[in-house]
Amino acid sequence: MPAIIFEHVNFQYESQAEPTLHDINLTINAGEKVLIAGPSGSGKSTLGNLINGSIPHSIKGQVTGHIRVGKLDTQEASLFDLSLLVGTVLQDPDSQFIGLTTAEDIAFGLENDRVARPEMHQRVEQWATRLGIAAQLHQSPQELSGGQKQRDAMAGVLIDDGDILLFDEPLAALDPASGHQSIALIDELHQQLHNTVIIIEHRIEDVLTRPVDRVILMAKGKIVADLKPDALLRSNELQQIGLREPLYIEALRYAGCDLNHIDHIDNVNALNAEVLAPALQSWQANATVPVTIQSGEPLLDVRQLSFCYENGPQIFHDFDLTINRGDMLALVGRNGVGKSTLSQIITGFLTPSAGTLTYHDGHTDIDLAKLSVKERADKIGYIMQDPNQMISQVMIRDEVALGLRLRGVDEAAIKQRVDDTLKICGLYPFRNWPINALSFGQRKRVTIASILVLQPELLILDEPTAGQDWRHYTDMMTFLEQLNQQGITMMFITHDMHLMLEYANRTVVLGDQGVMLDAKPSTVLSNPTVVSAAALAPTSLYQLAERVHIDPDAFTQHVIATERKVRR
Amino acid sequence: MQNHKQHGLSIRTVVAIGIGAAIVFLLKRFGSVPTGIPNTNIDTSYGFLAFFASLFGPVAGFIIGFLGHMLNDLTYGTPWWTWVITTGILGGIIGLFWKRFDVEGGNFGTKKIISFNVLQIIANLGCWVLLAPTLDILVYSEPANKVYLQGIVSGISNAVSTGVIGTILLVIYAASRTKRGSLKQE
Amino acid sequence: MQLFGYAEQNTWIHRLSGATKLLAFLGLSIIAMVSYDARFLAAITVMSLILFKQARITWPQIRLVTKFILFFSVLNLLAVYVFSPEYGVQLYGTRHLILGSDGYFTLTQEQLFYELNLILKYIVTVPLALIFLMTTNPSEFASSLNKVGLSYRVSYSVALALRYIPDIQGEYHQISLAQQARGYELSRKANLWQRLRGAGKILIPLVFASLDRIDTVSRAMELRRFGRYRKRTWYMGRDFRTSDWLTLGGTVLIIVVGIGLFSVNGGRFWNPFR
Ligand SMILES: Nc1ncnc2c1ncn2[C@@H]1O[C@H](COP(=O)(O)OP(=O)(O)OP(=O)(O)O)[C@@H](O)[C@H]1O
Ligand SMILES: Nc1ncnc2c1ncn2[C@@H]1O[C@H](COP(=O)(O)OP(=O)(O)OP(=O)(O)O)[C@@H](O)[C@H]1O
Ligand SMILES: [Mg+2]
Ligand SMILES: [Mg+2]
Repeated sequence: MPAIIFEHVNFQYESQAEPTLHDINLTINAGEKVLIAGPSGSGKSTLGNLINGSIPHSIKGQVTGHIRVGKLDTQEASLFDLSLLVGTVLQDPDSQFIGLTTAEDIAFGLENDRVARPEMHQRVEQWATRLGIAAQLHQSPQELSGGQKQRDAMAGVLIDDGDILLFDEPLAALDPASGHQSIALIDELHQQLHNTVIIIEHRIEDVLTRPVDRVILMAKGKIVADLKPDALLRSNELQQIGLREPLYIEALRYAGCDLNHIDHIDNVNALNAEVLAPALQSWQANATVPVTIQSGEPLLDVRQLSFCYENGPQIFHDFDLTINRGDMLALVGRNGVGKSTLSQIITGFLTPSAGTLTYHDGHTDIDLAKLSVKERADKIGYIMQDPNQMISQVMIRDEVALGLRLRGVDEAAIKQRVDDTLKICGLYPFRNWPINALSFGQRKRVTIASILVLQPELLILDEPTAGQDWRHYTDMMTFLEQLNQQGITMMFITHDMHLMLEYANRTVVLGDQGVMLDAKPSTVLSNPTVVSAAALAPTSLYQLAERVHIDPDAFTQHVIATERKVRR
Repeated sequence: MQNHKQHGLSIRTVVAIGIGAAIVFLLKRFGSVPTGIPNTNIDTSYGFLAFFASLFGPVAGFIIGFLGHMLNDLTYGTPWWTWVITTGILGGIIGLFWKRFDVEGGNFGTKKIISFNVLQIIANLGCWVLLAPTLDILVYSEPANKVYLQGIVSGISNAVSTGVIGTILLVIYAASRTKRGSLKQE
Repeated sequence: MQLFGYAEQNTWIHRLSGATKLLAFLGLSIIAMVSYDARFLAAITVMSLILFKQARITWPQIRLVTKFILFFSVLNLLAVYVFSPEYGVQLYGTRHLILGSDGYFTLTQEQLFYELNLILKYIVTVPLALIFLMTTNPSEFASSLNKVGLSYRVSYSVALALRYIPDIQGEYHQISLAQQARGYELSRKANLWQRLRGAGKILIPLVFASLDRIDTVSRAMELRRFGRYRKRTWYMGRDFRTSDWLTLGGTVLIIVVGIGLFSVNGGRFWNPFR
């Protein structure tokens, strides 16, 4: 029985000159689990909003065609009836918390349904226990870690017993281990409750670690493919629309394996290793040893740093770190360990309770504590994790130009530099738009552009690729790599292990006791204690390599090198 | 489009009241400079209040003003009820004209700027020079010359705050409303 | 909720329903606002100080507020004196001179007594307000408002205000930092005028961010059926217990006494000079 039917649906936002979705035809059956993927700005969230009725009930625009959810026509049914059918976990988790405490937040829907208090307490307790956040019930949702926020939001919709669950990028902010846990949790719930599950996600590989019935690919507002995962992986649809294939698939292609004849292609742990081993091993035999890049002299010294949020736990104690000139440093660690906090201390947003920050500018040593936020920003550019916290202008172009204007650059030069940067970030076509008409990933890119345009000496990027599709993030990272080769030092915070392996020349793993490991990226994932303590996860290349008895590091290096060659 | 019956305020208004009152509270607390006359400040919250009242209407305007002011007074221990009510009434009066100004529709030109300011000056003077001091005399039996002086100073400074900040916000907001069907990838 | 300083404790005052405390606070603050009977005001002040003790509120929790209140009360008293040194005489109809004779600034017993009444009025509600703020769980407060008859929509908007004050404060701070990181100098290194202008420049993005927030929050609330029925229930609601009824009874009694004094005194003023 179909749970959702789209028939010839077009949709145009009120402020847009052209439709965002074109002729969508789609049927999702009750009990199915579906992944929707597509480039940033392709209309995935828009599609989700049509399913849960936000369009047209809260967001204005022109809908044509028919959309049925269960027995309801979403254009006519009330949002209340629809919301009992479809539970939505929105893309931006912070904005959807309403209650003062986690418990109230979970109970919010029940309160509106006039459920009696004792029953409400009992159901909240039950779901919180089931999702493992019972101990957090009396905390404010703001105080939860990324993974816990996710669970809070899930509990809030699961408690309604809706038939359809819609997740818009549930993994975007999660560390690799929590990401896997969330996907596992969604899968378990799906098996127990048999409801229809729709997941919108950029991290395709992570979602596919658990079974999915179908994958729907969107590009430019159209559905371009609707396939079972194995068929999708055998085709090259993902590449065509600029999305990343799971890494092990990529490797198999490079090694010349015929994907059509591989069983269980959608699960790296179920592939027939014996059959594949010869091809992979002989491919690996051709690998060249990569050159290692030497770091320069110290650029920023962090010494004996201590920091603690008001009424919060001690985040840093006697913490030391040196960033060298020319580093392309990846900072990784579990959710809530203090990565963003460290960046904010370096940029002066937060003041440490003890410790020194010394910046080596040529031969002079500068004590950063003596510089204001603005003065530090002349040397250190910082792109914050949450794009909404950085945006202050209405229009995209003004936002990107702001820093240059404040530095008194003349308008003609500004225009040139802004346009160039917008092109790199894939935003040039939107340059005259207001920022509130952008998708989440597009907003994040606006903030990246607004700092890149200033060309600072040290660049700190807080999760630059969260919510980005592969094409955009490759463009951006390639550009950052070029900047790095020209001598700009970079530190990027990421939860994407492959990104770290691909672009960083040094990885710092942050743990509860300070730096847990400071080493070459490739050695990080082969250290199981660090991997589990820092909530990291090996990529599927590691799993594949181990199954066919190849050294995972060398294998990964070879895949990356090949990928670069192909890209060029 | 919605076929259920709407009872009471719309959800958007409810949220606007909450967030508006939070901002009024914060501006009163951190965004006002004492004038030297006891209990009278150059208070940026009035500019903001006028802006929100013009966007969300009289009921929202009244509650935002009342609640924001009350919360602020409460943290100092003594809600000065007469002035709390007056702030609410001011928000309500300005909000009465929201349909007329139609800020959501975009385009807040010179004509609207002038009529908005005429309105806000009359409202501010009426509220602070007449209403609030009179209530003070009736309820608190404070000396007339003191409260009227406080009223006059507040009236002027609040009118200036509303005139400057309120007008700027309204103009920028109206300009930021994207015209229907105007966004094209170029 | 740093600003309002709710601190979890387990005294009988903490256990009262928020509605009770709200009603008691409103009732007492209104009768104290109207009455000019110094004995009555003093009695309420003493009572609220005792309650204060019972609620186990500590000095550091209220030090700043107290200093602030004292400062402003004194300023106000001075202003009243400067503007109307003979106002007490006018009110009470007698004139017992202490200092001065026929200049503008005279000091009379009546004026002193009037200002004593004033200061009592300024401070009488302070302990009550602080008790109310520090012993009422903000989560429960909205349900209390609803219980005392306010529509649940308005009650919820109060809850939202409390919920978002710290968020918006944090956001103001973040925007300010983000702006500085783009090139505004707003630190102590800038002069006052630059900093004032900078503060204005932050207000605009703050307001716009808040408008976006209104849209997302109302969307999230809609998706979870806020406003579906004429009534809603409250997770944090609390039923009335005997102590609530007793407290309310006590409050009514005090108000009745206050009103009774009007007729005894023949008006709002208690006049010891006659
Ligand atoms: N409120 C809006 N008003 C006008 N246009 C919008 C609005 N929201 C989205 N759009 C436009 O619709 C297109 C699709 O946006 P949508 O949010 O659906 O993308 P998405 O596929 O979810 O992207 P992402 O992966 O970055 O979240 C974008 O190009 C965006 O500019
Ligand atoms: N403003 C704040 N006040 C109090 N505690 C905070 C504040 N901001 C963050 N924290 C806490 O400090 C810890 C470190 O937070 P931080 O944001 O630096 O983590 P992170 O490593 O960047 O995590 P993520 O990967 O989820 O972004 C967390 O436990 C968080 O809850
Ligand atoms: Mg999206
Ligand atoms: Mg972070």
